[in-house]
Amino acid sequence: MAKAALALEDGTVYYGDHFGATGTVSGEVCFNTSLVGYQEILTDPSYRGQILAMTAPEIGNYGVNPNDVESGRLQLSGFVVRHASRIASNFTATGTIGDYLADAGVVGIQGIDTRSLVRRLRMRGVMTGVLSSEVLESEKLIQKAQNALSLAGRDLVREVVPSGISQWNEKIDPIDLVAGVTGGGEAQEQNYAGREKQNHVVALDYGMKWNIARHLASAGYRVTVMPGTSTIAEVLAQKPDGVFLSNGPGDPEPLAYAIKTVASLVGKVPVYGICLGHQLLALACGAKTFKLKFGHRGANQPVMDLDTGKIEITSQNHGFAVDESSLPPELVVTHRNLNDDTIEGLRHRFAAAASVQYHPEAASGPHDATHLFARFGKMMA
Amino acid sequence: MPRRDDLKTILLLGSGPIVIGQACEFDYSGTQACKGLREDGYRVVLVNSNPATIMTDPETADRTYIEPLTWQVIEKVIEIERPDALLPTLGGQTALNLAMDLDRHGVLQRYGVEMIGAKADAIRRAEDREAFKTTMDSIGLETCCGKTVKSLAEAREVLREVGLPAVIRPSFTLGGSGSGVAFNREEFDQKVARGLDLSPVGEVLVEESILGWKEYEMEVMRDADDNAVIICSIENFDPCGIHTGDSITVAPAMTLTDKQYQRMRDASFAVIRAIGVETGGSNIQFAVHPTNGRMIVIEMNPRVSRSSALASKATGFPIAKIAAKLAVGWRLHELPNDITKKTKACFEPSIDYCVVKIPRFAFEKFPEADSRLSTQMKSVGETMAIGRTFKEAFQKALRGLEVGSFGFGCDGKDLWGTPAEPSIDDIRARVATPDPDRVWYLRYAVKAGMTIDEIHELTAIDRWFLDQLVQIVETESLLRTCGSLGATEDSLLRAAKQDGFSDRQLATIFGCAELEVRADRKRRGILATYKAVDTCAAEFEASTPYFYSTWEEEDETPPKGSKKRVMILGGGPNRIGQGIEFDYCCCHASFALREMGIESVMVNSNPETVSTDYDTSDMLFFEPLTCEDVLNIADRIAPDGVIVQLGGQTPLNLARALASAGLPIIGTSVDTIEEAEDREKFRNLLERLSLRQPASGIARTLEQARREVARIGFPSLVRPSYVLGGRAMEICYDQSQFERYVAEAFVVAQGQPVLIDRFLEDAIEVDVDCICDGRDVIVAGVMEHIEEAGVHSGDSACVIPPHSLSPSVVASIKEAATALARSLRVVGLMNVQFAVKREDGEQTLYVIEVNPRASRTVPFVAKATGFPVAKVAVKVMAGMSLREQGITTDPIPSHISVKESVFPFVKFAGVDIVLGPEMRSTGEVMGVSDRLSIAFAKSQIAAGIVLPEKGRIFVSVASRQAKEAMVEISRKLIAMGFELLATSGTAKTIADAGLPVEVVKKLQEGHPNLIDHLIDGRVQLIMNTPRGKGARTDEGRIRAASVLYGVPCITTLPAADAVVLAMEAMRDEPLSVQALQDRFPKPAQTQERL
Repeated sequence: MAKAALALEDGTVYYGDHFGATGTVSGEVCFNTSLVGYQEILTDPSYRGQILAMTAPEIGNYGVNPNDVESGRLQLSGFVVRHASRIASNFTATGTIGDYLADAGVVGIQGIDTRSLVRRLRMRGVMTGVLSSEVLESEKLIQKAQNALSLAGRDLVREVVPSGISQWNEKIDPIDLVAGVTGGGEAQEQNYAGREKQNHVVALDYGMKWNIARHLASAGYRVTVMPGTSTIAEVLAQKPDGVFLSNGPGDPEPLAYAIKTVASLVGKVPVYGICLGHQLLALACGAKTFKLKFGHRGANQPVMDLDTGKIEITSQNHGFAVDESSLPPELVVTHRNLNDDTIEGLRHRFAAAASVQYHPEAASGPHDATHLFARFGKMMA
Repeated sequence: MPRRDDLKTILLLGSGPIVIGQACEFDYSGTQACKGLREDGYRVVLVNSNPATIMTDPETADRTYIEPLTWQVIEKVIEIERPDALLPTLGGQTALNLAMDLDRHGVLQRYGVEMIGAKADAIRRAEDREAFKTTMDSIGLETCCGKTVKSLAEAREVLREVGLPAVIRPSFTLGGSGSGVAFNREEFDQKVARGLDLSPVGEVLVEESILGWKEYEMEVMRDADDNAVIICSIENFDPCGIHTGDSITVAPAMTLTDKQYQRMRDASFAVIRAIGVETGGSNIQFAVHPTNGRMIVIEMNPRVSRSSALASKATGFPIAKIAAKLAVGWRLHELPNDITKKTKACFEPSIDYCVVKIPRFAFEKFPEADSRLSTQMKSVGETMAIGRTFKEAFQKALRGLEVGSFGFGCDGKDLWGTPAEPSIDDIRARVATPDPDRVWYLRYAVKAGMTIDEIHELTAIDRWFLDQLVQIVETESLLRTCGSLGATEDSLLRAAKQDGFSDRQLATIFGCAELEVRADRKRRGILATYKAVDTCAAEFEASTPYFYSTWEEEDETPPKGSKKRVMILGGGPNRIGQGIEFDYCCCHASFALREMGIESVMVNSNPETVSTDYDTSDMLFFEPLTCEDVLNIADRIAPDGVIVQLGGQTPLNLARALASAGLPIIGTSVDTIEEAEDREKFRNLLERLSLRQPASGIARTLEQARREVARIGFPSLVRPSYVLGGRAMEICYDQSQFERYVAEAFVVAQGQPVLIDRFLEDAIEVDVDCICDGRDVIVAGVMEHIEEAGVHSGDSACVIPPHSLSPSVVASIKEAATALARSLRVVGLMNVQFAVKREDGEQTLYVIEVNPRASRTVPFVAKATGFPVAKVAVKVMAGMSLREQGITTDPIPSHISVKESVFPFVKFAGVDIVLGPEMRSTGEVMGVSDRLSIAFAKSQIAAGIVLPEKGRIFVSVASRQAKEAMVEISRKLIAMGFELLATSGTAKTIADAGLPVEVVKKLQEGHPNLIDHLIDGRVQLIMNTPRGKGARTDEGRIRAASVLYGVPCITTLPAADAVVLAMEAMRDEPLSVQALQDRFPKPAQTQERL
């Protein structure tokens, strides 16, 4: 098997076996602790510019299929696993993970001590790194890793926003909405049933996971997807009943255009944000964000809804968070992470605006928070 | 909301004796629950009949009742202790059934006891098949098509709907007892009839077969705020059709997409909510159709289960402890994650390794039993292995199984490339039939060139698993291509180690010695590294040192501090002859070492046990117990001592190799262990000490064996050396029997000699456990067996103190034990077996066997005397003499304790139950009283033997001598109002004595014969002493039928005597209960503090 190497800016080099596409890529090296859902993760635009290591050691077992995608392409730069499956074993599978990465031009490495990598990232914080199937000399790799661009201060959103406006019709497969369990889909449909007018939601796409749009459609809204670079005038021209701010990659602070749009929206139409959308809402209201040491990436993050006391196990993927000390008086903390107490949700005191840092659309991850799409519906009511 | 303040005293029920389907996992869960609840200030009252548990240690609960687990007995405990609540979800099916009984009989209402964790109606909804189906329907989840029936006719109706093959499951039986798949109508009728009979409510479920579907388990926890989390998903390597307890299982689930997994997660929460388990853990089983994804809920356990124990050990999340805390009102987010300390228990563990569990079977003990695996559980134990990849974990688990294999082939057991290599037809047949050996045939299938698809077609095992097996075989081929170890590149050698290949396998492949491989790879820097089990995939720092080995770059073991480190080698998977008793000793070793300020390091591979709990020892290595694995750990942690005498035969078998490799074995030296096993040396020692021994001989060849037996005479006892549990041990009464058994003994002995002893007929057997520090000796317990010598000591009932031996004989037994321990320079525990034979009016003492190690009876002795035998012994091993511990006199038991054995016959239909020198019991119970008869009666009740108060008793004895004894027994039975049945011979003896007896036909005399009477429920007790043995004899069939129809069967005269005494005593005295803490007002605390 061909060799590949992963170097970190601190001078650590891991040698392993190559899989997926050949080449040399650089980016921020981070890790995700989800046990399943690698295909959704690979296609999540929020991983733009990153080299992602999975902590689950056996990856690719159930292959890939055309339905478990969260955007039109694979988004991350490099993929690091302990052991990639050479076969795809699931009735849904149409291909193997190796071919999937190769076709998408994503470089993969397997057979390295991923746990040692994760411990290093946990202790030192995320680092820039380089993953290569071509350059294997450690000196060169380390130099490349040190020269790689950090995520902080970069606008990655522009790389992943859609080019134009589109209507979204695809819904969640009903089999993935278990009645009475998630408080999700069917409850939302019922919530909507009997109402005269169909709410029109504009989803501002900063690198949106498609499951957000699917959930909005399943909740019964008319969904228009617009690029996250849209201006306030462009958004209002759509006459939305509510605006949904999507997730997206990287650092929110450099996104002045988006912050400006969101700031203008607040108070005019109901606004709901998730992940990057949550950070943009906070920044638009005057709060600050900061970079977490190694981020939250996984499907097991416990979050408490401070209004209800209920706990949701959530899917997360963010390297930045809202700084609590910077919160303006009009923002109220509604959700909190039980592991590190960071802010997981905000509500505007006076305007119809709220947000969560995590991913209620799941994909991949638990369905505990899908009821939040219905909460957004109530804001528009 | 924090804990409930309205509760003060909580009653906890244990699961009783170890049986198939219910083993050490409930000692683990009960012990955790006790610790958790007492930590919160509750007073915990515990009832369990099993003395070999940590939970029944007087220190574990506030009030401990070692009493039979029946609702009547529990009521007496409730009457005394007045608990506020009953927590029934941590003692397996036994505790759940008991709680339901208590509820049904109004006991809980009468005393105002609240059921916490799960309420009666929730338990009913989960356990009653119909109610469960209805509940699942109501939340839109599918279950198997089928129906619960109460008769064969009804069952045939249902069969029309579901078709063949059909699954038959009796309601409310343990471990799926009586369950099975019927492939034809005849089988269907048989299985339904048996199921109806086995079910305590006379019900069976007949349902559609989901054979070959993918099988999963989800471990769910829920708190009083309705927050719910999944602790672990488990995927069965063996698809549906094989009981999950008998399946190879893997954690986490390996072949589900996120959508499929989340569907199962959503369904799991829906199930726990709909069933209404308010707080705690539940286990939910699912089947997934492999080609269309249809998902079915198979069943739900509204309690902590064997799988929860596995999930706890697999993730580090203490399910039982948390379940207990949730039951008293804590919320998940209010409880800390004990492993990380910083985060909360409200999360879903993420694991960055792969866990494989493989069941361990004991069919060699039951040659007549059907070894095909089905929906009724038949395994007696399990081993779990953790590796960074499936391949690594799988191979580790195979060697952890301790069946002579060191991985997936390439070891002494490998038939490939030998003259015994199976043919392709053979392979196809064996692969298609699930049995304990199928796993080896999967490899042969790959070796023979079968494709993944072909094997999948025959087995329905997921292709992903099969591909991993193929990868292992590919690595093997690469190694073989190298030709020699020296010619193998470092990278390939490392890759092989990462795929789980053991040094032994590599040695076999390269034709060199295991230690050569070890030395060579160490030179190349290929060393085992240890990773922590931390619940969170390294996202947070872990503070609990719980490790597994792998072959990666980074090692996480903490550096050695100023404290000394002592390694305790556990017993590996449970098997008959080596189980919880040894785990108990290992746990006590850890407790004792901690008390002495020494770091305790546990090594074990059994996920069911307390020893593998994350907080039992200072460090835990979840590893197979092989020489290589132990040496690798020692390389990293540099132990100051290694304890091999507590884990049973497993660590003892490693002792010599470990000592030779330079490990500091503490306690009795390896030389002494070998000296006691060496017949010549031992005979000389006995002569020196003027102790008698039955005539004995040792043979390495068949000719030698014949010469020896001619000298020794019959009856003689034939057995292989170096085996535990009386494997292949037989009593031979004549030359033809001898010829038959000696051949098998040589096979089992595997190159070791075969031992032949004169068998002492009708002698009383006595077991002694003592502790020696090299100078002083304490005799902790003298146990008199109820059954005569010849019945394996692990299978016979025994009594502390001796009840029929004269004081002078007991004194000479103690003297002999003391002399033996001193002469052998024992440091630690020693067990001696004596036989006392009445010769010329004198009781003559013979030494049968000496074992300088912990015996199976250590926990029983501790519970009978209140003397912490194992702890004291470990302190002795660690260098603290008995005098330094302040122990100068033998403990004197204040009451009478009877240990009774419990057998798995109900799982092995048709097997003869007669007791012999080969051990077959899986567990034990203890009965305690001031009177022998009551203590014995309690032990019988606890063992599930329902002694009748009235009705008919069938008696049948073989020898003339026995017939005379039976006349006396019969007289007493008639005096108690029983009617007697007997076949002609025995009937004549009884009638000749002037006693009334009804003659019944022998089996070959036509109908109605005894079995017909059994079926009709006309017989309440059988007393049958064997003439011959084996399921094919008439008597054998009668005894097997007694198991089938649930009629107790006594097979020895001494036991019959004891039973009669017990029945008499139960008539004139109601059973009373007493807490252990009252029996031992000062539980050995004074000694421990020293």
